[in-house]
Order: sequence, then structure tokens, then C-alpha cells
Amino acid sequence: MPIYGTALLAACLLVGITVGKLIGALLGIDADIGGVGVAMILLILGSDWLQRRQLLPPPTESGIQFWGHIYVPIVVAMAASQNVRGALDGGVMAFLAGAVTVAVCFALVPVLARTGRKTEVSR
Amino acid sequence: MKALVEKVLTDYGLLTAFAAVGLTMLFSYWASAKLTRGRLHGSAIAILIGLLLAALAGGKKGLAELPMLSGLGLMGGAMLRDLAIVATAFGVRMEEFAKSGFIGALSLLLGLTLSFFVGGAIAVAFGYRDAVSITTIGAGAATYIVGPVTGTALGASSAVIALSIAAGLVKAMLVMVATPLLAKPIGLDNPRAAMVFGGLMGTNSGVMAGLAATDPKLVPYGAMTATFFTGLGCLLGPSVFFMIARLIF
Repeated sequence: MPIYGTALLAACLLVGITVGKLIGALLGIDADIGGVGVAMILLILGSDWLQRRQLLPPPTESGIQFWGHIYVPIVVAMAASQNVRGALDGGVMAFLAGAVTVAVCFALVPVLARTGRKTEVSR
Repeated sequence: MKALVEKVLTDYGLLTAFAAVGLTMLFSYWASAKLTRGRLHGSAIAILIGLLLAALAGGKKGLAELPMLSGLGLMGGAMLRDLAIVATAFGVRMEEFAKSGFIGALSLLLGLTLSFFVGGAIAVAFGYRDAVSITTIGAGAATYIVGPVTGTALGASSAVIALSIAAGLVKAMLVMVATPLLAKPIGLDNPRAAMVFGGLMGTNSGVMAGLAATDPKLVPYGAMTATFFTGLGCLLGPSVFFMIARLIF
């Protein structure tokens, strides 16, 4: 049943966010550190474990896949509910602080991605 | 009649959002194929339309400020968004993450440090000379959540906190819009690059929308590193980065 898949997915996220908040609390801040990452690892390990025991038939999988497939529309809804006016109203300094940071980070993506590559090739 | 329709659309807000976003997607994919001959991805067009309408509607919640479209806030809110992101990791092999784990962590630290320093430097260029304001604006250049969290912890003025939020919002919007355009030149077409990208940029909404508009297959990798960014920023902002700023000013 698809609900088994959705339930597994939801449980992974709930546990992940709880762990993320716990890590935050241990470090003394009220923020979630890596909750989604923990949830993704739980889902990957959990679904792998179930698959090997053949406990993940296609209907169950479809309960997870549906949410993965609806990701882009959800992001569109997120974009439509952003405080775009707030970004535009921040003035020149706010714009530059955001824009220059983005430019520098974009420039660094190929540098770091390649650095990792080289060590892998030379291995 | 009009009032009746409005009431249904408002009461069933989430369904209105599904229908409205579905129509937007339909139009965007059509426009992508017919008007840009596939050069601009359909999802990129849809995200741009979303941002544009949010700007026109104004307000903190963009288009979701309108009662009839308030369902967009739920559909695109943290709960369903995170559920969908985690679902995209289904079928990904664990080794893919492990392989790029070190460079992912490095890009995370580098991304945070750079955001603080570049944002802080711009604050200095605009005449700020106190460590609290400089750190807060630098934190805003990390994400629009790190900014106010850091500013509140340090006791920054509300004007400076507002500026830090605006800086973070600018970052998120620019990453959303620029990623699909710059993906090719920066080689953002594989899991490793996506993990580096997520760590360097860090802004959750920007990274997730940017990757969705570039190649949805890369989403889980970018999300894996970006998910640590805001939390770590809230940790390092009022502590390490503030101490560094205080040493200099």
C-alpha cells in the first residue's frame, strides 16, 4: 500500500528533524543542524534494508516516489511565497552583500569540485 | 456567485494551490518547448513566474498573502518541502554521498566563512564600524535565517537585522535565478559538484530551486550539504565570526 511508503518517508523526516534539533540544542542554539540530511540517510538505509528483504513492493515505493516527483511544483509554490519585495527593498548595500557573496561562491564551485576530482584520479 | 467561488477556493486553499501550480507548470513547460526551444528549462520558467508574482503581490509571504492563494504557503512551506526533498534521495546510493563527504564538508565551512567575510566587508565599505553590525550583515549574506538569529543574539539594531534579512533574500533569489544559467560553465552536472554547490551556497530555498531548475537528479546532493549550512551558521555567527570581527574592529 502506498501509505506504507509515505509513512516510512514521514517517519524518516520526523526522526531526522528531531536529531537535527537535538544536535542544535546540544550546541546551545535553537536551530536544526542537518535534519534533512539525517532523514535522507535514514531513508536510503531504511529502504535499502527493506528492499533486500523484499518488503518494498512497487505500491509501497510509489508512496515515496510521488513526493519526489512533486518536488519541483512544491519549489514553485515556495518561490511564489517568498518575500521577494523584502529582497528588492533592502537597498544597494543589502543587494551587494547578497550578490557579491553569490558571485564569489559560484566562482568557487568548479575549483572545489575539481580539487576533489584530482585526488580521486591520482589515486 | 463570485463570493461563493471565492469561499470555496479559500476554504480549500491547498487544493487551489495544487491547481494553480499545476497550471503554472503546464504553461511553463509549454513556453519552454515552444518559445525557448527547450533552452530554458520548464521548471526554471515556473520558478521565475513564481518569484515575479510574489514580487507583484508584495508582502512577507509573497503570493500566499492573498487569502485565495494562502495554500501556496502550506504547499511550499518547510513541512512539505522537506518531505519532498527527502523523497528525492530515494534510490540514491549511500556511497555517492560518502565519496564526496570530505569535499562537501570543506565547501560548507568555506561557504560560511566567505559569506561572513564578503558580507562583512561590504558592510565596512558602507561605513559600518561596529563588530555587531558587521557580523550581523555578514551573517545575512550566509542566509536570511542566520542573519536575524545572529543579530538577535548579539543585540544588533532592528534596522541592521532588516538589512541582513534583505541580503539573505537577495542571495536566495539570485541563486534560484542564476543557477540554471550558470550550471554549464561551472560544471554543475554531477553529484560531487552539486554537493560542493550546496555547501558553498547554503541558502536552502536558493539551492533547492536552483538545482530543481537545472537537473532534479542533483537535488538530493545539494540538499545534503545545504541542510547543515543554516544551523552551522547560527552556531558560528554569534561566536567565532563575531570574535573575529571584534578582533579587527
